[in-house]
Amino acid sequence: MSLKVPTMAEMLANGETADVLFWVGCAGSFDDRAKKITKAVVKILNHCNVKFAVLGTEESCSGDPAKRAGNEFTFQMQAMMNIHVLNGYEVKKIVTACPHCFNTLKNEYPELGGNYEVVHHTQLIQDLINTGKLSLEGNQTFKGKKITFHDPCYLGRANDVYEAPRTLIEKLDAELVEMKRCKTNGLCCGAGGAQMFKEAEKGNKEINIERTEDALETNSSIIATGCPFCNTMMTDGIKHAEKEKEIQVLDVAELIANAAEL
Amino acid sequence: MIQISAFALLLIGGVGFFSWNVYKIRQNILLGRKLDRTDNAADRWKTMFLVALGQKKMFTRPIPALLHLCLYVAFVITQIELIEIVADGLSGGHRSLKDSLGGFYTFMISFIEILSVLAFFATVAFLARRNMLKLPRFTMSELKGWPTKDANLILIFEIILLVCIFTMNGADEAAQLLHSNSSYGFTVSQFLGPLFFGGIKSTETLHLLEQIGWWGHITMVFVFLNYLPYSKHFHILLAFPNTYYSNLEKKGKFSNMESVTNEVKLMLDPSADPFAAPANPDEAPQRFGAKDVTDLTWKNLLDAYTCTECGRCTSSCPANITGKKLSPRKIMMDTRDRLMEVGDSQRKHAKDYQDGKSLLGDYISEEEIWACTSCNACVQECPVNIDPLSIIVDLRRYLVMEESKMPTELTGMLTNIENNGAPWQFSPNDRLNWANED
Repeated sequence: MSLKVPTMAEMLANGETADVLFWVGCAGSFDDRAKKITKAVVKILNHCNVKFAVLGTEESCSGDPAKRAGNEFTFQMQAMMNIHVLNGYEVKKIVTACPHCFNTLKNEYPELGGNYEVVHHTQLIQDLINTGKLSLEGNQTFKGKKITFHDPCYLGRANDVYEAPRTLIEKLDAELVEMKRCKTNGLCCGAGGAQMFKEAEKGNKEINIERTEDALETNSSIIATGCPFCNTMMTDGIKHAEKEKEIQVLDVAELIANAAEL
Repeated sequence: MIQISAFALLLIGGVGFFSWNVYKIRQNILLGRKLDRTDNAADRWKTMFLVALGQKKMFTRPIPALLHLCLYVAFVITQIELIEIVADGLSGGHRSLKDSLGGFYTFMISFIEILSVLAFFATVAFLARRNMLKLPRFTMSELKGWPTKDANLILIFEIILLVCIFTMNGADEAAQLLHSNSSYGFTVSQFLGPLFFGGIKSTETLHLLEQIGWWGHITMVFVFLNYLPYSKHFHILLAFPNTYYSNLEKKGKFSNMESVTNEVKLMLDPSADPFAAPANPDEAPQRFGAKDVTDLTWKNLLDAYTCTECGRCTSSCPANITGKKLSPRKIMMDTRDRLMEVGDSQRKHAKDYQDGKSLLGDYISEEEIWACTSCNACVQECPVNIDPLSIIVDLRRYLVMEESKMPTELTGMLTNIENNGAPWQFSPNDRLNWANED
């Protein structure tokens, strides 16, 4: 099934308006692994006939890595340009699969003139299930499998979203196993605060390896995440542990799309 | 009369010196930049009630939380007895409240005694934990020297305070038993008194012991009070304002720098007049970010004075757990140490005196601040809502925006964002390619 990915510009040209803007983010647009997550989200949106659109080439970095790295100028330049585009299309609601974009758009754009209802994709999917637009009844794909969820810092601690991804995993009829450090106590994957783009400082261990060990202790066959950067870090950790044959790292959107056979 | 005068002197001296130190600390905190935290009074009271008074966040680690609660409740309730001590001291009386309160008085003192016993065991447990268990967060390099002594000293002070209370009440009970074969009915000391002092058959000696307990206790109270401003233990008072002025926003929200917003608006506004006079021509432009403590907000500085060096932040920091140099606790300790230095030298010399040192460089190294993942674990963990992350970010802002100093890979990342609108080197025109790939 081919994906339907309308852009805001196309929508406008056709005299249509989107109910929700899908903010893809840089990782979701360019990173080969994260693109699969993006497509899983689109499959779900298509399947549920959600009237959505993307900005396409008009989208630009939210500015999160610049801000966390300490470059407020670059951040605000990015933010102002994005707000200009978003307000031009009169965007009201945004969904994104990246907790970093989610946090920045939701919390840091309003003061700069960008006021939108921003949700994480796990929240939107939960909503689609609650309103009956998406059904996972009778799905067997993940039945009885052990799945652990790694809390992305910018979704969990930063924005107190802990339940939406967990509710979705429970809908899969799978066994959700918590790591010893989870929810408010969750350990970072090591990518935040612009660390993704630099070598770690000198230490005795990589953070993603420490975190992967937490996940391995749960004996889960799937590590679920809700962030493209966490996904990269955990995937690297699994490779380091030479467990890539037994353990998969998947985004919650991919789990749902697989279970719904999209 | 001599005793009353001595007590009055102790009271005036103790409270006076304490007030002077509090004034200096307030002056130091106000060296920080402006920040408005007066909104949402209802939420602020609620936060203070839950986090400071209710110790909500302590209970994520139940055993130390319970021990700490014993000390805390005993400390708060004992203040009631302090009222009587002050009344006795100034009037030369003995147990001034006893007759007017009657049965309630016995209940109150008994309650304090039970709490004091619990506090005694908690203090011994804390001393053992610090000195025998060797928990990693209590043996780290930033605690070497004074901080470790400070922690032990406070616990020893508490033991002396408790021993004095029981000497006072116990000797009183023993004397009561000796000359009228009766008891005040204080739950603990009616047994402890005769046990320790039962062998003394002289009312004068028992009275002297009671006086030693009384004077020892009140002297220790003033020593304790005046030690607080020099100690990490000041958190028992500052926890309240610090939680009241907590950040009530989502933890992920970093402050937007207003000075930058103005510049960016000018750059993006085609009709802006670049030669227009600045809004406040007399005001010197502020530094971007923070190099020294005076570039931080007053709340950052209040945080520093509130820190009791428990190290929960550091023990949950992913960078520290994996052996990096960063320790959020050290960030707070360094901020306080530097602030005390700046405050003292400004009082000694002049308001704008520069000693050539700064928080960044002389206290906190670049390596430390670049190890942070901004995960907010330290902020989440702090039992009194201290925010080390906002200091780290402000130090980064100074390095990046004032000195263009950062790890080289980050320079590349920032250039990519500026040129391509993405942290990697991809063309913005390829942003939607994923939609047409298999």
